[in-house]
Amino acid sequence: MDPLLEVTDLSKRFGGLRAIQNVGFPVPAGAIFAVIGPNGAGKTTLFNLIAGSLRPDAGSIHFAGERIDGLAPDAVCRRGIGRTFQIVRPFPALTVEENVVIGALLHAHNVETARSAAGEVLRRLDLYEKRHQPASSLTLPDRKRLEVARALATRPKLLLLDETMAGLRPTETDRMVATLRELNRSGLTILLIEHVMRAVMALASHILVLHHGATIAQGSPREVVRDPAVLSSYLGAEAL
Amino acid sequence: MTRKLLDGVPRRGVVALATVLAVLLAAPLFANDYLLTVLILILYFAYAGQAWNVMFGFAGQLSLGHALFVGLGAYVSAALYVHFGVAPWIGLGAAIAIAAACGASIGFLAFRFGVAGVYFAILTIACAEFARIGFDHWSWLGGSAGFFLPVANYARNDLWNLRGSPAMFYYVMLGLTVVALIACRVLSQSRVGYYWRAIREDEQAARTLGIDTFRYKMYAATISAGMTSVAGVFLAFYYNNLFPEQVFHILRSIELIVAPIIGGAGTLIGPIVGAVLLTGLAESLREALDLLGLDVPGAKQVFYGVCLLVVVTLVPGGVWPPLARALRLTTRHGS
Amino acid sequence: MPAEIYLNVAVGGLLTGLVYGLMALGLSVIFGVMRVVNFAHGEMMTIAMYLAIALFSALKLDPLVMIAPIAAVLFVLGYALQAGLINPFVNRPEHMQFILLLAVAIIIVNGLLIIFGPDARNVQTSYSFDSFAVGPLIIDATKLYAGGAAVAVAAALFMFFRHTRYGIAIRACADNYTGALVVGLDVKRLYALTFALGAACVGAAGSMLVLFIDVTPTLGPAYTLLAFVIVITGGLGSMAGALAGGVLIGMTEALAGLLFTPSAKSMFAFAILVLVLLFRPQGLLGKRLT
Repeated sequence: MDPLLEVTDLSKRFGGLRAIQNVGFPVPAGAIFAVIGPNGAGKTTLFNLIAGSLRPDAGSIHFAGERIDGLAPDAVCRRGIGRTFQIVRPFPALTVEENVVIGALLHAHNVETARSAAGEVLRRLDLYEKRHQPASSLTLPDRKRLEVARALATRPKLLLLDETMAGLRPTETDRMVATLRELNRSGLTILLIEHVMRAVMALASHILVLHHGATIAQGSPREVVRDPAVLSSYLGAEAL
Repeated sequence: MTRKLLDGVPRRGVVALATVLAVLLAAPLFANDYLLTVLILILYFAYAGQAWNVMFGFAGQLSLGHALFVGLGAYVSAALYVHFGVAPWIGLGAAIAIAAACGASIGFLAFRFGVAGVYFAILTIACAEFARIGFDHWSWLGGSAGFFLPVANYARNDLWNLRGSPAMFYYVMLGLTVVALIACRVLSQSRVGYYWRAIREDEQAARTLGIDTFRYKMYAATISAGMTSVAGVFLAFYYNNLFPEQVFHILRSIELIVAPIIGGAGTLIGPIVGAVLLTGLAESLREALDLLGLDVPGAKQVFYGVCLLVVVTLVPGGVWPPLARALRLTTRHGS
Repeated sequence: MPAEIYLNVAVGGLLTGLVYGLMALGLSVIFGVMRVVNFAHGEMMTIAMYLAIALFSALKLDPLVMIAPIAAVLFVLGYALQAGLINPFVNRPEHMQFILLLAVAIIIVNGLLIIFGPDARNVQTSYSFDSFAVGPLIIDATKLYAGGAAVAVAAALFMFFRHTRYGIAIRACADNYTGALVVGLDVKRLYALTFALGAACVGAAGSMLVLFIDVTPTLGPAYTLLAFVIVITGGLGSMAGALAGGVLIGMTEALAGLLFTPSAKSMFAFAILVLVLLFRPQGLLGKRLT
């Protein structure tokens, strides 16, 4: 079966810095695909390229058979890709519900329908009780859940999660892992950037390791975690 | 439909609104001419503030050149009336169309080329100034010497041609303000309103949710410009004279925004509260100065400046939100 | 029209443009370092202008001589304004800063209106009508002195930023706010100093402009706009750009005034602004904003 997302030979430079060098990988539908690597490896740049905030210098990105590199971010979202941000950006002055309604409006005909769709998503992410609170008043874990909820409301086929676990305590991490696993089981393909190896190992079916913008390993978690290049550049022998 | 409009508004809010409306409707019966002119001024700034608010409070784009649209509305309708005998209610259509087109053009240039924030504000100022100088040299519209409408007999009310007593103008302005309030409420509760708020809060994040921010900013610019031009039409027929130096002046643009900012940009009632406070207090100031025998031109504007200063430092969201909270008049969804 | 007239007008525009450039320099410094949009820039200049006029009519003090004192007064004013009012706004959203300074501008304009009235005032010194003949050129003495003074002040400012401890510290703040904090620079004081310097520039420029411009209180907004046009055209953050932009606008205005009607001359400045905003937002000499 064709992969849902196919990144081929992607490159991007910023002046003299080669942020992404000839990176390519398939993301099968239904997978949870993790991208890991040291800071500065180019992970967020990769996300920005896929999500449309940046244009690649070379290579291509195909999603559900269509070429999407170079499309504007809103066009990419309409094709079925949602994303969250490394530093969460919910709409601060708006309520939790309003945040998600805005996401739901992509597919809803009117605000009423959007509101009920938003309600469902909020229930799934355990935020329904707080739906009238302003987003700025939420705790960090709740704000992360809100961002996921908001992106989810756009009914994506693929969700890009940028370091969703960062800053969460272990119990909160476990809760988020459980939520993501449940979402994945219901058919959502997930591509995530993560540093928290506990979450990566618990979730990922595939891992890509980036370093200095290039792929140094990719494959199943078991393979990758034992790869000597990965161990020396990122994980360290005692990491697990 | 009223139920949908009032959705989320607490009962005391509905009662308050109804009371205010009733009082306003009855005002000409017990107010003298002077009070009526003050009320007309309040309503004018409330209306214009609402119109400006669509672009700033809703969509987050700070325009400091809105006098441009007022001026366009004024001159287009006035010219059609004086040169071609077209009644203002028909001239209104042309005025709105031209102002909206102008707003759309400025929006297009700005948004297409990524002109935002400060740069956008400066662009709007430049456009208004451009119009001011341009109209100063346009003799068909009177140039700098001014354009005049024939002042008619105030005893007869001619609603169709907008010639008549202050009471007639009062009701026209009241009607406009109510319509604007309803229109903004409808917009605010619709998809457009939600998307505008998203853009205002965080344009980049909004795009990742599939929102075509360019298109929605264009809507805001166009609608705001069109709405504002109606105030211009009123202006022309109420004052019966237009001078580019005055109509398009940057101080006019600034006047327009003081009320909504003080009242609370981004809310529906904010611009109205702001207009009431500002004009009410300013007129009281003038009265007080008159009583003391002082004629101080510019005192009113200094007062506006001080108010702005105070509001921006102490209550940047405007006076209305905390007031509404105190009176427990906030809607469930926060506007 | 004979070529000499164009040349004379162009030279006059160039010299005026240098003074405009000095004014814009103040704005560029303020925005470049603090990222604060000083919407009261032109209004601060009108304070300086009225100060010059008052000193001249009361004490017969030549504005050129008064450049330094007036700049000093504006320096103090600017420092107080920034430290007292503007400082908390440095990290707030742009439009809040805008509105704050707008409020200040409104107060200044109307305050001056109340104090001095709406009539135009000017300064007529002994050399107001002198001119120098240099070959085919006839250069107004006032403009020549003013232009020269502007260059001198700009050069002094440039030296300050390059070679003094405070100057370098300010540039550090501009480059990297957090880094500056970490290194122990008193950023609040440096910001106040920067604003004060910007105000001083504008004070000096005002003192010079009084020699050949009629002053009314409502001149403030027009000059604020002009300062922005110049800074945007020349490039935000570039000192040389501000001067270059000033000269460009000064000459454009002068020549446009000659070729078309004088009152339409600012239309060309706006046309240039629109073109720059659309096609080269970083200005002629500015750095590209990310």
